Amino acid sequence: MSAQGARIGVVTFPGSLDDRDAARAVRLAGAEPVALWHADHDLKAVDAVVLPGGFSYGDYLRCGAIARFAPVMQEIIAAANQGLPVLGICNGFQILCESHLLPGALIRNDHRHFVCRDQRLQITNNTSLWTRDFELNEEIVVPLKNGEGGYVASDNVLDELEGEGRVIARYLEVNPNGSYRDIAGITNARGNVVGLMPHPEHAVEPLTGPTTDGLGFFTSVLSSLLQGAAR
Amino acid sequence: MSRHVDTVTNAANTPDLEQPFAELGVKPDEYARIREILNRRPTNSELAMYSVMWSEHCSYKSSKVHLRQFGDKKPDSDAMLVGIGENAGVVDIGDGWAVTFKVESHNHPSFVEPYQGAATGVGGIVRDILSMGARPVAVMDPLRFGPADAPDTARVLPGIIAGVGGYGNCLGLPNIGGEVVFDPTYLGNPLVNALCVGTMKHEDIHLAKASGIGNLVILFGAATGGDGIGGVSVLASETFEDGGPAKRPSVQVGDPFMEKLLIECTLEVLHAGLVEGIQDLGGAGISCATSELASNGTGGMHVYLERVPLRDATLTPEEILMSESQERMCAIVPPENAEKFLEICAKWDVVATVIGEVTDTGRLIIEWHGEVIVDVPPRTVAHDGPVYERPYHRPTWQDTLQADAPTADRLKRPTTASELRDTIMTMTAAPNLASKRWVTDQYDRYVLGNTVLAQPEDSGMVRVDEVTGRGVAVSTDCNGRFAKLDPYNGAKLALAEAYRNVSTTGAVPLAVTNCLNFGSPEDPEVMWQFSEAVRGLADGCLELGTPVTGGNVSFYNQTGDVAILPTPVVGVLGVIDDVERRTPMSWKTDGDLIYVLGTTADEFAGSEWAHEVHGHLGGLPPGIDLKLEQALSQILVACSRDGLIDAAHDVSDGGIMQALIEMALRSGIGARVWVPDNLDPFVFAYAESATRAVVVVARSEEQRFIDMCAARNFPATRVGVVDSAAAAEPALVVDGVYGDVLTLPIAELADKHFSTLPAIFGPTVG
Repeated sequence: MSAQGARIGVVTFPGSLDDRDAARAVRLAGAEPVALWHADHDLKAVDAVVLPGGFSYGDYLRCGAIARFAPVMQEIIAAANQGLPVLGICNGFQILCESHLLPGALIRNDHRHFVCRDQRLQITNNTSLWTRDFELNEEIVVPLKNGEGGYVASDNVLDELEGEGRVIARYLEVNPNGSYRDIAGITNARGNVVGLMPHPEHAVEPLTGPTTDGLGFFTSVLSSLLQGAAR
Repeated sequence: MSRHVDTVTNAANTPDLEQPFAELGVKPDEYARIREILNRRPTNSELAMYSVMWSEHCSYKSSKVHLRQFGDKKPDSDAMLVGIGENAGVVDIGDGWAVTFKVESHNHPSFVEPYQGAATGVGGIVRDILSMGARPVAVMDPLRFGPADAPDTARVLPGIIAGVGGYGNCLGLPNIGGEVVFDPTYLGNPLVNALCVGTMKHEDIHLAKASGIGNLVILFGAATGGDGIGGVSVLASETFEDGGPAKRPSVQVGDPFMEKLLIECTLEVLHAGLVEGIQDLGGAGISCATSELASNGTGGMHVYLERVPLRDATLTPEEILMSESQERMCAIVPPENAEKFLEICAKWDVVATVIGEVTDTGRLIIEWHGEVIVDVPPRTVAHDGPVYERPYHRPTWQDTLQADAPTADRLKRPTTASELRDTIMTMTAAPNLASKRWVTDQYDRYVLGNTVLAQPEDSGMVRVDEVTGRGVAVSTDCNGRFAKLDPYNGAKLALAEAYRNVSTTGAVPLAVTNCLNFGSPEDPEVMWQFSEAVRGLADGCLELGTPVTGGNVSFYNQTGDVAILPTPVVGVLGVIDDVERRTPMSWKTDGDLIYVLGTTADEFAGSEWAHEVHGHLGGLPPGIDLKLEQALSQILVACSRDGLIDAAHDVSDGGIMQALIEMALRSGIGARVWVPDNLDPFVFAYAESATRAVVVVARSEEQRFIDMCAARNFPATRVGVVDSAAAAEPALVVDGVYGDVLTLPIAELADKHFSTLPAIFGPTVG
């Protein structure tokens, strides 16, 4: 398939906020954004899926805990296990953890405040389907904004993630939320599912973002699709 | 029905029943007038409705006679599509786009319950914008607190910031600016003003009116609960005496998730063309929405109150009418559209209930389980409330205050380089001038992906049209100290500053909103401040050609006899053809030249220096000539359009020195600056003369820039050059300081500027 023809789904849950932004980033990367609705058992034959940021279902119970049971998530979980590229950003990352597509959990920031800042990151894996356009150890700056962004997991899980090279990005200079081992994003063993707390979709235009570094995540998945690496 | 309900029949049969009108805040003469209107005593439900709708907060009874000036002195402007009186004014920004914006106060609830008070303040203004048919696209929040280190500030500030952030962030609205100001008069009277901007195409404008006999009245959104009952009349209209208010109804509780669903649901039903009229439910809840919709429309409405979905089944009809439960809207829908309307609501999990219909009776009739409990002419509730000509007079102390000018003899000024250096370090860290990052980093400024400029830039700017790049800029400003010294000119200065901030970023100022925060209108001296401020603002808007599109008045901001500084917060909205042409606040390029536009004079009355260093307030505020302000605005906009300048920053609180420091800190690049020959270095640094800006000009554009200023006869003085090598480390190096050179390392300035708020309110990140 060609990247030009790639169709990337962006899910809207009740309370999704960055869905328009994710769709814009998909478009600017050169693919066609496809709106997916939480209540539908329908992935509309997309080539990849983005779970955007926001407060799905009001973050009631726990962030992502209710979204995990949405009809569309049943399809996404099944497809992800078959290799469909899935990127969860912020609330999307929380949903992926709640869905057990990724290990660990995200808890309230250690300083107890919501934080919005331009965050420096180091890309520590450039083999996942969503990071392969980056150089290994490349430093990028993208916005970060969360109240519950502290990544936690048991030492065993953290050792395993690090041992297998599945930490895809780490916070540099400042750890903005108390994440263990400065982890900003991780991938599953297969490399098709990625969760990221910072927001690459807000760094895709020089006019509105601190950089355009965020585009790399979206072009990466197009490269992956083009190379037939997905599925 | 075991509960006794006071019906219209019952009221007619028991004309002499004593009613607790005073406890509801209704004055004896107002009660008499209600009886006259109805030709009988009101039912308890009617009394509840009149009491909330005739409260100061809803009826503007003390301010109305003054606010008329905004209409009477309205400048000719083609931009105005919907004026004062609707939920929010609407202006034309070109290409078929319209923008609506408004600022409102939520001061008293935020004192009582900081988090929920502030959160529901944001929620309320967002629904006002939504009910015009616009998609809310940004929020701003002008805030004022007591001294930064006061214990009560530590109680209210973190909750208010978290509330503004928590609600706005969950709605997915970028917070693009605002103010945080500290002054002792706001201790016990914090000001929480919230502004929202919305955009729409011209054809999507909707109004709050119930027309079309037989059309359905549909209530949708959250269920009605017992929160905020009587909040409007009691909370917003009673001064806080020492020892706390006697009555303290619960402040409303917000659910931003519900509001987010309500936004998407409302925009979908509006765009589907299903709705005849729409109104949000805020202060005075169902009382307000039904009476205003009916009064603006055909004139009659029949409501079945028992159909209202309740969170608390024990609520009485009076309580249901008065409840200020959040996240509710009311729509007028033709019967043939009802099915589709309810379908869209169901899609968004929003509960919608047909509670009545539009009639031709000219009466608002409300039933409760088959019995009529309200039967009133809606206009008497919504629009023909009492109007007071409150007495006012110039305060006896005003002359003494104005005579106490901060001359060099009265207040000690720095007279050596080392003294000025100490002053600079003090001022940079002063709570009012220090970085507000502690606050603004708790707000999402990125969501929606259209934020072009946000705090600490001079104005917030968002892109409206992704194809053409058309956008809007908004700034809110007010120096309450200036307004205390001279409310007339203080209001003009607030307008001038907001107007200038919008122009500084390259946008053309178009329209004005305001939030007038004052003490008790029952105090003739406060009333004088109010009348003067309104007169100043109305005159100023006429002179600048920017109409007032709407606003809000908040009275009773005082504790005991001590009123807040008169605080007429002014919001100016501007339009920019292409946001790519915006002017940022700071320099980037070595060798670019630094100019000051405007004239610096020995003006320190009401200045931040007099306040911070000497705790002094006296004299006359800086002079203001709005013709010059307009000329400066035209230069700044033309420079942006023609690419003559690379950066511009407004000069206001803290004068030129503060402006230069903020620019240096924003860029991290140093500069060399020299004090002009004809100015005392301290006056150059900290005077707060109006109508000035610092601009940064590339050398290649210098001649064109000078020619443009000369052609408009506007003073431009070269005061420096961007220079990353001005000192061994990045620094502002100031020459001509009492025969000396001051070196101000950026790292040292940053340490002062960024650590003040975290030191007081606790660390966040970094």
